[in-house]
Amino acid sequence: MTQYETIIGLEVHVELKTKTKIFCSCSTEFGAEPNHHVCPVCMGLPGVLPVLNKKVVEYGILAGLALNCQIADFSKFDRKNYFYPDLPKAFQVSQYDLPIAEHGHLEFDTGEGEKRVGITRIHMEEDAGKLVHQGSISTTTHSLVDYNRTGVPLIEIVSEPDMRSPEEAKAYVEKLKAIIQYTDVSDCKMQEGSLRCDANVSVRPLGNKEFGTKVEIKNLNSFKAMQRALEYEIERQIDVVEDNGQIVQETRTWDENKGITLALRSKEEAQDYRYFPEPDLVPVVISREWVDSIKKLLPELPDEKKRRYIEEFGLPPYDASVITVSKDIASFFEACTRNYPEAKAISNWIMGDLTRLLNSHNMDIKECSIKPQQLVEMLKLLDNGTISGKIAKTVFEAMFETGKDPGVIVEEKGLKQISDASAIEGIIDRAIEDNPKSVEDYKKGKKKAIGFLVGQVMKASKGKANPQVVNDILQNKLDHM
Amino acid sequence: MIKKSDVEHVALLARLELSEEEKELYTKQLSDILEHAQTLNKLDTENVPPTAHVLPLKNVFREDEVGDHLDPEKALSNAPDKEESFFRVPKIV
Repeated sequence: MTQYETIIGLEVHVELKTKTKIFCSCSTEFGAEPNHHVCPVCMGLPGVLPVLNKKVVEYGILAGLALNCQIADFSKFDRKNYFYPDLPKAFQVSQYDLPIAEHGHLEFDTGEGEKRVGITRIHMEEDAGKLVHQGSISTTTHSLVDYNRTGVPLIEIVSEPDMRSPEEAKAYVEKLKAIIQYTDVSDCKMQEGSLRCDANVSVRPLGNKEFGTKVEIKNLNSFKAMQRALEYEIERQIDVVEDNGQIVQETRTWDENKGITLALRSKEEAQDYRYFPEPDLVPVVISREWVDSIKKLLPELPDEKKRRYIEEFGLPPYDASVITVSKDIASFFEACTRNYPEAKAISNWIMGDLTRLLNSHNMDIKECSIKPQQLVEMLKLLDNGTISGKIAKTVFEAMFETGKDPGVIVEEKGLKQISDASAIEGIIDRAIEDNPKSVEDYKKGKKKAIGFLVGQVMKASKGKANPQVVNDILQNKLDHM
Repeated sequence: MIKKSDVEHVALLARLELSEEEKELYTKQLSDILEHAQTLNKLDTENVPPTAHVLPLKNVFREDEVGDHLDPEKALSNAPDKEESFFRVPKIV
């Protein structure tokens, strides 16, 4: 059987966090009433002149620097012509041959070492409007158009065809998202559409040098959708090749409900965008001084932060990777380390209980009611024996639900660990009385039987007894029986 | 040289419906235009940078500050069809 190799390249659109649109002073705020954030410029009325938002250029440069790109000295805009009602001008202002940044790369961990993926280019462009199709696709009679999003600034980040599996594609987007979020030029929220992904996919028999015919897949709006769509498409293409068929160069869309990709349009016609220079916008000339001044705004990026966490805090590389995926999680972690020396204990709680609770509540760490100082206080209560490890989980959940300080929760709920031997002894005596079988087993040499008895005592104390103290007293009592 | 199939392709991209006579006519006219433009190829442009814009301007920017929006009623006033504050267009999918 022929082995196949998959080739994937990605085009990622990122919505920039500017206050206003790219060529006019309309607000970019999300959620306004339809067609309330529009003006003659973004609606493409005759006789208007677009003027470039300086912040868009600065954000484009910042993203380019973060992705190790060369920033263009000279950049210009072009018109990309196509007809669709989401585009009031019948062209999109984009960049064709002189994009703002080129020749970058990023690296991610594959589990078998670092993988580098080339960034071909980054260009600036305007977003299109939003179409609301009435009814289902087969029965629809008309569509509604909202131009609020028209002209919202985007950067499109085009990768080299360097990825070889859906997993690598996912890892690439995750890393790209992390880097862009660190630079703070975008929220990169896939579910809200501020990060959108298209993939170019082809297959070739392993060992072949030339690429197979590529297919573009659109509508990959979540990591899950991307992975499933790529897996489906790879299998579809291999089937076609195995049946001696020809892959058609086309654009396909991912149908999440049916779990398949569907042909949208053939590439030959649709790709003929008849680009030409945008006569209404003058070129952008970027001096070294300008680039240098923006370089100063570049924060510590995920890779550097990860290296520092390993060196400075002695975190295992895995922990360092997980913690640095999000800038907000990293800040939370660092805030904790300022008042607590054991970084590994902090990362355990963040990667474990905190992540679990955030995910199950579909929340962001920024919305979380637990503050770094509260986690630190809880860890201190754990260290000085005020609470047990088991109770700590209860306290942590209560902190998450109520936002109260751990000390207050322990007090209110009476969760203080009982380490006082006299208070525990009664419970232990009862456990011995109630479980003669286990006592007998222990005396016969089945030392493990003590575990059951400890468990009974813990249960009876509602988890508050200090397990170490219980164990010591119990052992002492049993050995003297 | 422009072929009739080129005219048909460009017409499709521009969503133009052309009659047979028009296709013949435009094939000839577009060929003439291209031929005329070929004159420029005679120039030596070895040391001339490509022109990105005819005006001697660069870096015309605006600051990222929100301005006035169009009154939605006004924005929709020329719309052939509308629904609430949406533009309404014929079926496209």
